[in-house]
Amino acid sequence: MSSTETLVKDLVSKYGKSRNSLMPVLQGIVQEERYLSEEAMIFIAKELDLSAADVYGTASFYTFLDTVPRGKNIIRVCKTISCHMTGKDLIIETLEDILKVKVGQTTHDKNFTLLTANCLGWCHKGPVMLINDEVYPELTPSRTTEIVEEYMKNATH
Amino acid sequence: METKVIKKVDTIFDVVECNYIQVLEKTLAKTADEIILDIIDSGLKGRGGAGFPTGLKWKFTKNEENAVKYVICNADEGEPGTFKDREILDRVPEKVFTGMAICGYAIGAKEGYIYLRGEYNFLKQDLQMKIDLFNSQLADRDFDFKVFLRSGSGAYICGEESALFDSMEGLRGEPRNKPPYPTVAGYNLKPTAINNVETLVYVTMICRMGPESFKALGTKDSRGSKVFSVSGDTPTPGIYELELGMPLNQFVDEFGDGDTKAVQVGGASGHCVPRKKYNDTIIGFEGIPTGGSMMIFNSTRSMYNVLHDYLEFFTEESCGQCTPCRVGCQQLLKGIEAVKKGDKKPSYLEDLKKLAATMKIASKCGLGQSVSNPFNSIVDNFREEIIY
Amino acid sequence: MSKYLVNLKVNNIPVTVEEGTTILDAARKLNFHIPTLCYHEDLTVAGNCRVCLVEVAGSRSLAASCATPVSEGMEVLTNSKNVRSARKNVVELLLSEHNADCTKCFKNGHCELQTLSSEYQIGQHLFIDLVKTKDKIVDISSPSIAKDDSKCIRCQRCVRTCSELQAVGALAVINKGDHQRISTFLNKPLSEVVCTNCGQCINRCPTGALTERSYIEEVWDAINDPSKHVVVETAPAVRVALGEDLGFEAGERVTGKMVAALRHLGFDSILDTDFTADLTILEEGTELLTRLKKALVDKDEKVSLPMFTSCSPGWIKFIEHMFPEYLPNLSTCKSPQQMFGALAKTYYAQKKNINPKNMVCVSIMPCTAKKFEAGRPELRDSGYQDVDYVLTTRELAMMIKQAGIDFMKLEDMEYDSIMGESTGAAVIFGASGGVMEAALRTAYEIISGRDVPFTNLNIVPVRGMEGVKEAKVMLKDVKPEWGFLEGVEVSIAIAHGLANAKKVVESIKNGTANYHFVEIMGCPGGCIGGGGQPIPTSPEIRQKRADAIYAEDEGLPLRKSHENPEVQYLYKEFLGEPLGHRSHDLLHTHYKPRKRY
Ligand SMILES: Cc1cc2nc3c(=O)[nH]c(=O)nc-3n(C[C@H](O)[C@H](O)[C@H](O)COP(=O)(O)O)c2cc1C
Ligand code: SF4
Ligand code: SF4
Ligand code: SF4
Ligand code: SF4
Ligand code: FES
Repeated sequence: MSSTETLVKDLVSKYGKSRNSLMPVLQGIVQEERYLSEEAMIFIAKELDLSAADVYGTASFYTFLDTVPRGKNIIRVCKTISCHMTGKDLIIETLEDILKVKVGQTTHDKNFTLLTANCLGWCHKGPVMLINDEVYPELTPSRTTEIVEEYMKNATH
Repeated sequence: METKVIKKVDTIFDVVECNYIQVLEKTLAKTADEIILDIIDSGLKGRGGAGFPTGLKWKFTKNEENAVKYVICNADEGEPGTFKDREILDRVPEKVFTGMAICGYAIGAKEGYIYLRGEYNFLKQDLQMKIDLFNSQLADRDFDFKVFLRSGSGAYICGEESALFDSMEGLRGEPRNKPPYPTVAGYNLKPTAINNVETLVYVTMICRMGPESFKALGTKDSRGSKVFSVSGDTPTPGIYELELGMPLNQFVDEFGDGDTKAVQVGGASGHCVPRKKYNDTIIGFEGIPTGGSMMIFNSTRSMYNVLHDYLEFFTEESCGQCTPCRVGCQQLLKGIEAVKKGDKKPSYLEDLKKLAATMKIASKCGLGQSVSNPFNSIVDNFREEIIY
Repeated sequence: MSKYLVNLKVNNIPVTVEEGTTILDAARKLNFHIPTLCYHEDLTVAGNCRVCLVEVAGSRSLAASCATPVSEGMEVLTNSKNVRSARKNVVELLLSEHNADCTKCFKNGHCELQTLSSEYQIGQHLFIDLVKTKDKIVDISSPSIAKDDSKCIRCQRCVRTCSELQAVGALAVINKGDHQRISTFLNKPLSEVVCTNCGQCINRCPTGALTERSYIEEVWDAINDPSKHVVVETAPAVRVALGEDLGFEAGERVTGKMVAALRHLGFDSILDTDFTADLTILEEGTELLTRLKKALVDKDEKVSLPMFTSCSPGWIKFIEHMFPEYLPNLSTCKSPQQMFGALAKTYYAQKKNINPKNMVCVSIMPCTAKKFEAGRPELRDSGYQDVDYVLTTRELAMMIKQAGIDFMKLEDMEYDSIMGESTGAAVIFGASGGVMEAALRTAYEIISGRDVPFTNLNIVPVRGMEGVKEAKVMLKDVKPEWGFLEGVEVSIAIAHGLANAKKVVESIKNGTANYHFVEIMGCPGGCIGGGGQPIPTSPEIRQKRADAIYAEDEGLPLRKSHENPEVQYLYKEFLGEPLGHRSHDLLHTHYKPRKRY
C-alpha cells in the first residue's frame, strides 16, 4: 500500500464511509500532501464509492483543495479591497522577489507556492497572508521577508 | 424615522459577566416554547446578513415533525470586510456553543455543527478543545446535545445556507432551489436551524439578561446591538459592538479620517453610500442592513478600483451554476473595463445596470441577487470615476 | 396516498393541480409554453439556466418555474414585461459565452439554444464575447462522442444523465465561478475515462456541445467509390424512430421507406441486423441451455450464472469498468451488429462472390456505443474490421436530407436477400425486454415443443418501462432430451439504463437476487431510447417507439427466431449448428477488464 492509500484509508475509517465524509477526507489529504494527486482522488473515489470525476468536480470547487502539485508551504496573500488599500501589491512584489516566482507558481525546491486569495477576514489588519494554516496580519515588506526567511531556515534543517 | 445616537456597548465580548453554564442551566429549566417566545419577543434578527427573525426560524424548525434535526452555526464569514465572527469564536466561543445548545433544546435537535471557513483553520485546534470540554459539561448534566466542528475549504458561496449544507454533504457548494427552506429540509434534508455565529451569542445574552434588556437597545425594526467590522480609511480599524439604528453620519464622525467620501455598508454585496447621503442613511434593517462590514473610503481612493475589486470577487466566488450570476458577473466586470478603456460608450453602463437588475431578480441565490447593490450604488454615485 | 389539490392562477386563468406540481407543469396544463433549458423530464430538477423564469405576485424576484412548486392562491404571470426582459437577458448572456457558429454546427436546426435565441430575436451581440480560443478545442478522442466545450451552456443535463440514469459519472461539473465547466476526471479525454459511449448525454444536451462523432462523409466516399461494395445493415430500433427526424410523429413505423431511402442513397446491399438478431437468439439460447445443463446436470460449479445478454455495447464497457468480475457471466455472443459484420465479410461475400477486401460494411444504429464497438480489436474475426462505419439514426436522417429525398412520400421497399429476412422476435430486440421475450419464445418451444404460454406469443410481463423487471417461468412437460429442466423454475430479470443495470448486478453480488438469465440494455427503454436516436427523448416518446416495435412484431408472419428461413439456411449451408465450430470463430468473443478509475 502506498502512503497515500494508507492515508485515505485512515481518514475514511476516521470520518466514516459516506459521502458526508468527503470534505474532511479531502481536507485531510491536502493537510498531509498539500494537494490532491490523481492517485489520492482515485483512492477516495474507491473508498467512498463515488466516480473519480465526481471527486475531482467537488475538490476543484474549493480554492483550498488544490488538484495540482503545490509546494511544502503555501502562501496565500489576501487580494481583496481592504488589503488592496493597505498595500498587498507591495507584499506580493516582496514575495515574488524573495521566492523568485510569480503568483501561481511553485519554487524550484518545491518549498513554496505563492498564491492570492479572496478576503481572509483580517481587513482591519491588512495586508495579511496565510502560510499554510498560520495567519500573518499587518505585513510590511520587511516583516514579510523575515517571516519567509524563517520558513526557509526551517526547511533547510 | 427613529434614529439613535451612536452608542458602544459591551455584551458580546464581556467574559467576566457571563457564566455560560449558569445561563444554560437557567434556560434549560424553561420549556422549549418559552424559550422560543423569549427569542421572538426580543425581536432578534439574524446577524448573518439576511436578517430573518431568529425566533420564528426556530419555531418553524420546532414545528417540523422529524426525529432528526440539526443546529448549524454559520461561521463561514466570507463577506469582504467582515471579521467579527472570527473574533467571537476566538474570544468567547462558549457563548456560541451555549446558543447552539439552547437552539437544539428549543427545536428538538441533538447535534449541532459549526461550519468554520478554511481561512480560519488556525482556530481549529483550540476550538476543538473547548468544544470537547463543552460537550462533556453537557453530558455531565445529562443534556443530550453535542457540538461538532466542520471546515470549509475556501469558497465564499458556502456561507449561503443551502450551499453550506451541500458542502457538509460532500458536494459542490451550489445553492439549492427554495422552497424547501432549511427549516423543512436542510442538512441531510432534515429540518435545520442555521444561524450566524453572532446571532447565537445574542441568543445566549438574551437568555441571560432577558428579552427586555436586549430590546432596550436599537429601534423597532432593529432591536439590540450588533458587532461591526470597521476597516478601510479609518484611524481606528477593528471590531465594535454598536447599537443598531444609528445614522451613518455619526458613524463617519466616529470612525472616519475626516475625508470620508463613501462608506460601503454590508461588504462587497452591500451598498455604497456617498457623502451626500450620510445624513439620511440608517444602519439597521429599516435602512441599510449589514452583516457588520463597514468599509470606509477617503477621497484618495478610486471607486472604479473598488467596484472592479468587488466584481472580480463575485466573478471568482460565484458558484457558477446559474446563468445570470456566472455570466452576468463576468459581463459587468468586462463591461466596466471596456467603458474605462473606451471600447464601449459610457451609455453601455445603462445596459449593464439593466443586466444587474436582471441578476437581482433572476439569479438563483443571494450572491447573484445582490451584485446589483454595489454595482448600482457605485455606478450611480461615482459615474465619472467609472468612465474616466 | 391521495394528494392535496392546490388552486392557483396562471396568467389570470384559474387552474387546480396536485400539491407538489411545479409552476411549469401547471402552466403546461393550460397550454402556456414556458421555455426551458436545464430542465429535462428524465432528470432531477436543477433550476440553474434561469430561462423558465416567471413572475409570482408578491415576490420581488422571479421564480424558476421548473423548480418552484405551486402554492394555494399563487398568481403567476408567464409573459410579463419583467419576465420577457429577464429571459432575453439570460439568453443574451448564454450567447455571450457561446461559440455560436451555427452554420457549421451539427445541431443547427434542432438546437434548443438556437430556437430560444430566434424566439427572442437576439440579433447583434449586446454583451462582450467571452469565448476563448482555447475553449474551441473539441474532444474527439472517443470514436463515439464529440465534446465541444465552447458550445456548452452549463445546464448540467449531461452530468445528471451520466450519474442519475447511467450511474457512470464520467462527466462532472468542475471549478467554480467563471472557471466553472463540464469536464471529466482531471480533464482527461473522454476515451481515457469510464465513459461507456452510450450517448445518453448527447440525447439530453440542448446544444451542440455533445454530439456523435459523425462518419457521414466517410460513408458517402465509400458509396461513391465504384470499387467498393457497400453493405448496409439496419438495427431494429431505427425503423420506429427514423421518421421523427424526417417529418413523422413519434411512433411511426417507416421500415419500407427506410429501405427505399437506403437504396436511393446508393448502398449496394440493403440488409437487416434483425437477421443476426434472430441468429443471436439461437446462439445465445443454446448457450444458456448449455450453461443450465452444466449447472444442473454436471453440477459444474465453475459455470457462470446468471448469464447476461451481451448485445448492448454500452453495457459491455460498463461491466468491463465497473464489474469486471462478472465478465464470465456475459454471454459470449457478439452483438447482432458484429455478428452481421463477421458474416457479411465471410458468408455473404462468398455467396455473392464479392471480395471481402472490397466490401464496406455500414451499420445504421440507434446507438453511439456501436461506433466504439465496431473499432474493438476483438471484433475482426472476418479477417477485416467486421463493421467499417456506424451511423446513428440521426446521421442517416441527415444523409437522407442531404440527398434531397422526400422521405415522407417514398414507396415502401423490401430488404435484399440473403441476410435481409427476419422475424418479429428480432424486431422486439429494440425494446427493453425484447431479447428476453425472443429468447423465451424460442427456448420454451425447443424445450417443451409448445408455444410459450402467453396469449398470441406476447410475453407481457417482460415488457414495459419499469427499470428492473423480474419474472419466473415454470418448465413443465418438457421433451425427454431436456428432462433435467422438468419442474425447474427459470428466474429472469431485465434492466435498462445503466443505473438499473448497476442495481441488478449489485443485488446479485450481495446475494439478494438469484437469476438464471438477465437481459441488460444500456439505454433507458432499450435501443429505442438509444444514444443515437432522434432528439428529443422523453418517457412518452420512448413509449410510442416501443408500442411501434410491438406493433411491427405482431404484423409479421414469422415471430419466432428459429423459424427464420434464412437463418435455418445459414446453419445448413455455413455454420453447422449453434455454438458449432464456425459460430465459435465468427460469432463469439470475450471481453477484458478495464480500470474503473
Ligand atoms: C452569498 C452568501 C453568503 C453568505 N455568507 C454568510 C456567512 O458567511 N455567514 C453567515 O452567517 N451567513 C451568510 N449568509 C447568509 C446565510 O445564508 C443565512 O441566511 C444565515 O446564515 C442565517 O443566519 P442568521 O439568520 O443568524 O443570520 C450568506 C448568504 C449568501 C447569499
Ligand atoms: S446566484 Fe451565483 S452563487 Fe448563487 S446559485 Fe447562481 S451562480 Fe451560484
Ligand atoms: S449549439 Fe446551437 S446555437 Fe450553438 S452553434 Fe450549435 S446550433 Fe448554433
Ligand atoms: S456517453 Fe454515456 S457514459 Fe459517456 S459521458 Fe455520456 S452519458 Fe456518460
Ligand atoms: S454539454 Fe450539453 S448537456 Fe452538458 S452542460 Fe453543456 S450544454 Fe448542457
Ligand atoms: S429550465 Fe428552469 S431553470 Fe432551467
